[in-house]
Amino acid sequence: MTLVSAAETWATISTVALTAVAGDILTAGAMRRIGDLDLIRAKSGLIGAIKAVIGSPMFLFGVCSMAVSFFTLLFTLSVVDVSLAAPASAAMTYIGNAFAAKFFLHENVDRRRWISAAFVTAGVMLLAK
Amino acid sequence: MKHTLTFNRYLILLAVMLTASVGDTLLSHGMSQVGPVSVHHLGLLLIAMRNPWVIAGITLLIGFFASYLTALSWADLTFVLPSTAFGYVVVALLAKFWQHETISLYRWLGILLIVCGVGFVANGPSLTEHAPAQSDQPEQA
Repeated sequence: MTLVSAAETWATISTVALTAVAGDILTAGAMRRIGDLDLIRAKSGLIGAIKAVIGSPMFLFGVCSMAVSFFTLLFTLSVVDVSLAAPASAAMTYIGNAFAAKFFLHENVDRRRWISAAFVTAGVMLLAK
Repeated sequence: MKHTLTFNRYLILLAVMLTASVGDTLLSHGMSQVGPVSVHHLGLLLIAMRNPWVIAGITLLIGFFASYLTALSWADLTFVLPSTAFGYVVVALLAKFWQHETISLYRWLGILLIVCGVGFVANGPSLTEHAPAQSDQPEQA
């Protein structure tokens, strides 16, 4: 069903993955800044925890990025086969998140986590077959 | 210091795994009852919102986002993400045992790889320990 050129196909799939990674990194960064939600809920209640989350501009940017990723995926699915678009964007998102978490969130992505990301990426691609 | 998780936090990760996959399955089941939605019949989406399967699916997906954010507040993104991938395994198993779909050898292999990937990361620390800022360090005599 692919209705666009190979370059356009990979451009749309890459956009889905990039915006998804941006959304995940911004959301995770916001939650790290806000702190342990269990402690906030114990101190300020559920309403206090919700206020802390939605009052974070970083979190809101993250959600916007996730929304852009979702609508880009919908567009991609209308012009590219789902059997290619879904696993390719999911796989690129997992690997992209591992790189971005290391460089932007300074997470300790050790050998164990790289192997895990590689296994999960390969597993997701096989599930789509 | 190795960050290990308490029982309650494992329950949150379990909620991350289950709510997304079961929520998607319920939404799919509900939308199959509602029928295809076209651009010219967007009003059908409002009717879909009254379907109990769709309502249950949306409720579970809200629960997923809440538990996902909670997990990210005390664990690394690279620790939580494989847990979300485990949801694909749950969907495949629901498809096999609830919807009686056939699962190919490729899919079983994919399930095995995801389980191994989640197992790898679950055995490690959940949170990266960052060194305290210079001003927080006790002064050396």
